[in-house]
Amino acid sequence: MPAELKGVTHLVIPGGESTAISLLLRSSELLKPVTDFAAGGGALFGTCAGMIILASEIMDGRPDQVALGAIDITVRRNGFGRQVNSFEADLRVDGVAGRPMTVAFIRAPVVTRVGPGVSVLASVTYEFPTGGTQEVPAICRSKNVLVSSFHPEVTGDDRLHKLFLESF
Amino acid sequence: MTEETAPAVTKATARVKRGLAEMLRGGVIMDVVTADQAKIAEDAGAVAVMALERVPADIRRDGGVARMSDPALVEEIQAAVSIPVMAKARIGHFVEAQILEALQVDYIDESEVLTPADEAYHIDKWRFSVPFVCGATNLGEALRRVSEGAALIRSKGEAGTGNVVEAVRHLRSIVGDIKKITQADSAELHGWAKELRAPYELVAEIAETGKLPVPLFCAGGIATPADAALVMQLGAEACFVGSGIFKSGDPAKRARAIVEATTHYQDATILAKVSRNLGVPMVGIEMDKVDVHLAERGW
Repeated sequence: MPAELKGVTHLVIPGGESTAISLLLRSSELLKPVTDFAAGGGALFGTCAGMIILASEIMDGRPDQVALGAIDITVRRNGFGRQVNSFEADLRVDGVAGRPMTVAFIRAPVVTRVGPGVSVLASVTYEFPTGGTQEVPAICRSKNVLVSSFHPEVTGDDRLHKLFLESF
Repeated sequence: MTEETAPAVTKATARVKRGLAEMLRGGVIMDVVTADQAKIAEDAGAVAVMALERVPADIRRDGGVARMSDPALVEEIQAAVSIPVMAKARIGHFVEAQILEALQVDYIDESEVLTPADEAYHIDKWRFSVPFVCGATNLGEALRRVSEGAALIRSKGEAGTGNVVEAVRHLRSIVGDIKKITQADSAELHGWAKELRAPYELVAEIAETGKLPVPLFCAGGIATPADAALVMQLGAEACFVGSGIFKSGDPAKRARAIVEATTHYQDATILAKVSRNLGVPMVGIEMDKVDVHLAERGW
């Protein structure tokens, strides 16, 4: 609810179904407050569906679904395929020390374009059913927005959340 | 690229299978029998659809053997929507499950709503890459399914009745026993495992975490936004709604209202708002008038 956003400095948009989240953002009257929060430089972290919501452009989405444009990237929904193609991967992440992060990509979006002012903190190499083996961004960041194609919380590694809280 | 930076990709792990269910939490999964219904469900904010040939109320009315849906129907529904598509296989019918896996459905429901194919064994779900959801009427049944590889449990309720009473009974039984196990000492846990006819390791895990090893959703008889909010307040993490939507007077409106109610299940003001003017609900059946108790299928 909009009142609950008062005083918030860091906002996480989690996974789920981006189409359902879009509808509920509107019906809960959160779309404008969250848009304003992003435009005002508030720190945002979007994971999977959350990344889709924060992106500037969505491929294979519904025409009415929300793209807040908080970070200048293009994403393709379900870009790795259906659930049978969901996977875990070990990622080396810029700014995360120690062992690689083991993370879960679940019907995850693929980042197909990274705009100016956006850096890639980690990539994943994946054999796509069509298009062959490609290296694609898994984590991107801009000045105030962090996004990941995967769900860091599913595998219980909180180092990316720590990075979000400490460097944004 | 060096060995060190080449990421290892592993598919079909338990975490990946349970992970999709975790992403559906707080949402509504709707039974649909056509591509048009699937679109109505997606428009209303469903987090997934269950592709079926007949909703449970019609299976109940028509009788006969209920089987897996025609693959052409499943594919038509997959093409119509961008949200996950689930489909049902008969209890123990691992070949129907193999076919559904070949179709790349996102979840297979080994379901008591269809006519069981095996009276002794459920499907060995560990052998599949696609995750499975299974029904349960009590905690023992839930844990036996988890031990066979189910990545999601739904309380069974009594499908196709529009009557939530059985869903409430099953959910209270599962959640109630979980609460008791968290209070049990280490010796009592062995007694619980014996009483529940469930693996000790899973009982011990519940004692430690206070919840099932996989997400717990609710199904069977949900017909109104208030029903959905009721099962959410009782501890369900999401709802399956079958006949309740497309057997009602205004499916699109009711579907949307049930989605809102599942999201805002603790806010009675919103529940009152979304419950208004929904048209005729599914008629429903009282339990003593039910001929076939689907929940008794499976063990």
